Amino acid sequence: MTDWIPAFDPHRVFVEPWTVNVSLKLWIVVMGFLVLTTCGWVGQYLILRRMALMGDAISHSILPGLAGSFLIGAWWAGNGSASGEGGARGSVPMFLGALVAAVITTVLIEWIHRRSRVKQDAAMGTVFSALFALGVVLITVFADHVDLDADCVLHGEIGFVPFEDYFKVGGREWMPVPVARMLVVSLLTAAWIGMFYKELLVSSFDPGLATSLGISAQRVHFLLMAWLAVVIVSAFESVGAILVVAALIVPGATATLLSSNLPRIFLWITLHAAVSALAGLHLAVWLDCSIAGAMVVAGCALFVLAWAASSWSQWRARRLMATGAPPEPEERTLTAPPTPSSPGRSAA
Amino acid sequence: MPARAAKIGEITDIAILEQAIRFFSFQDPTLRFAVAGAAMMGIACGVLGTFLVVRRLALVGDTLSHAVLPGVAAGFLWGQTKNPVAIFVGAVVAGLAGTMVATAIRRTTRLKEDTALGLVLAGFYAVGICLVTMIQRLPTGNKSGIDKFLFGQAAAISAGDLKLMSAVTVLVLVVVVVFYKELLVTSFDPAFARATGFPVRLIQDGLMLLLAFAVVGALQAVGVVLVSAMLITPAAAAYLLTDRLRRMLLIASTIGCGTGIVGCFLSFLGNSLPTGPIMVLVASVVFAGAFLFAPRHGLVVRWVKARARHRRVGRENTLKALYHVLESRAFARDGVTLKELALRRRETLDDADRQAKALVRHGLAVVEDDGQLLRLTSEGKKRAAELVRNHRLWELYLTHAARYAADHVHDDAEKIEHVLGEDVVWELERRLNYADTDPHGKRIPTLAEGQARTGRAVEGVPPPEGGVP
Repeated sequence: MTDWIPAFDPHRVFVEPWTVNVSLKLWIVVMGFLVLTTCGWVGQYLILRRMALMGDAISHSILPGLAGSFLIGAWWAGNGSASGEGGARGSVPMFLGALVAAVITTVLIEWIHRRSRVKQDAAMGTVFSALFALGVVLITVFADHVDLDADCVLHGEIGFVPFEDYFKVGGREWMPVPVARMLVVSLLTAAWIGMFYKELLVSSFDPGLATSLGISAQRVHFLLMAWLAVVIVSAFESVGAILVVAALIVPGATATLLSSNLPRIFLWITLHAAVSALAGLHLAVWLDCSIAGAMVVAGCALFVLAWAASSWSQWRARRLMATGAPPEPEERTLTAPPTPSSPGRSAA
Repeated sequence: MPARAAKIGEITDIAILEQAIRFFSFQDPTLRFAVAGAAMMGIACGVLGTFLVVRRLALVGDTLSHAVLPGVAAGFLWGQTKNPVAIFVGAVVAGLAGTMVATAIRRTTRLKEDTALGLVLAGFYAVGICLVTMIQRLPTGNKSGIDKFLFGQAAAISAGDLKLMSAVTVLVLVVVVVFYKELLVTSFDPAFARATGFPVRLIQDGLMLLLAFAVVGALQAVGVVLVSAMLITPAAAAYLLTDRLRRMLLIASTIGCGTGIVGCFLSFLGNSLPTGPIMVLVASVVFAGAFLFAPRHGLVVRWVKARARHRRVGRENTLKALYHVLESRAFARDGVTLKELALRRRETLDDADRQAKALVRHGLAVVEDDGQLLRLTSEGKKRAAELVRNHRLWELYLTHAARYAADHVHDDAEKIEHVLGEDVVWELERRLNYADTDPHGKRIPTLAEGQARTGRAVEGVPPPEGGVP
């Protein structure tokens, strides 16, 4: 019973990772940080728009898209040698497949809940589970063509990410290919948020104002969903379909408890991602468990800390008010207005 | 590629027959357990899912089903083996803890419900994954069963599991039958329920407890990830098929049960096919069928109805235009040329021709003079007069009773003229004191008038009812 929790040996947990095989640990942490922070940025908009569970839905339903892209890749490569580079595991078809699946999911959910009496939550649950089931069946049936493993899809494992191939420029090894890919996605995400900052901000907080300013809430919604799919796909091999939901929500939720200023929230998200990636690695080394899972658990622990801190400060403020001390300034609320921000509502 | 595919097809063809015979003879005890378990869980999930769908808690079910994972793993560690009772207890505790944490987050922070649910879903699942990976590297103990909980495997259902499942199903059914009234009221009108003294919170908590039981029971068959589909999809399909809760419960549990059996059968045929995803796919196909073809709420049915309505309104507008043409020359001649109609509606001759043909098809008019002259039949005249009467009566009603300005009433009347029934028209005429002039100074036709002026006897039309008290 007790033997399943390894003894806490500070040397093994804290020193060894940074003395033995350092570069692997470094890249794991960097990869974890990039995944968590990128997902966290995009996820913050989901939280603001009260669509956090759309992340869950899309992360599940891109699976048939991935499987389909593998199948098409295999079919395209034909009967010839199933070489590793033969398009099957190329990242471009994967992104395309996931994008298509994400768009289909979004459209189907909207369609079902607008065209029938089924409410949005049930529509979401029905669509994503059907697509996920389809994906799992595709993966199992065409196991020899689809380079995905059902378990891996569920939890992913950052430790299994191939960090051996280095991205080389001018004969110098810069960073492993997966990290480079994730870095590109992160930079693109940052650029994307910077580019559409105003549109996203306005349409998240005040869809009515957005419409009157000529910003189509519908278009922003689809743009966000498409980008969400890109980010989820790139995070997929590290964290899998379900932990990616945590990567999307936990950083943003923690940051929302700590600040009500959007730029500052993004800073908190980045910090949260860094700390949970590092802490997660050590937790995983200690418990000898899934690194991705441990990073999320560490992130959740940070959320609990933030929750406790914000509850305590609320309690203190209330007590100060009760004892007649000058009240602290009311916190500005940082959530979109209740009805119009539901994802189903269009500009109409 | 094709050659290979054909070969596989041949092999599976024979195997399918054999497998089907094996399936329906129920010789295999494993198979018996699997089918019985899947069918029972289908019933329990269908019943509970109905309440989730009508209470809009579908995503709570999703969260709860993910949140049980650490409990499953802990139960596994506790018993060091696949002990159904330990796993059951652990999973129920974890699931309930998950829903409580989600409620606490929502109450004490400014995070909204979706974020709270997502946090619990992902956080609990992450803890579960850590535990599962720790179990998998354990040197001792039977660790083969744990991964079955992720995707489920009906074939792994044991006699002990089956006992647990039947207990859960019976409990769910008994509770729902006994507390049907309470569940009904709190689902549809919580405010009323609270006002009349129903313990709303308690009932909700009880429902969550039952839900945790059902989720844990169904884990074996469909796995952590897809349990929520077994809860939501059959119930959502049933929601499209009926408007009564009692019937919805029945339909949802039937779909759930059938889905379980068919899913088992298909996955048995395909041998390598995972049971849970296949069941979910079957349920999704049922949902898609209900979404498209449900008798009242189906998309296709509603589309057909809407198209028929649209066409009727189009025909009626043509009739009205013909009436206006006739009226503009004081009903002097009987026929209306297509050109007159086109001019009146400011459309092309082709449009007028199409509209004329639609009228002819429905016996409202006849064409003469090489298709150029349109003459209303008695039925057409009656309907045209009715429509114009409806329109003008409504305009008059709006200006008189509702005090609309005379130039604001046309659009409204344009819509309502197609749907006013006889009783309403009588009532309108009575209230308007049998007035015969509309706000724009035009005559409101009575049926008798419309027929008399054209000078034709009409068979089979009841005596004029419009103007006679």
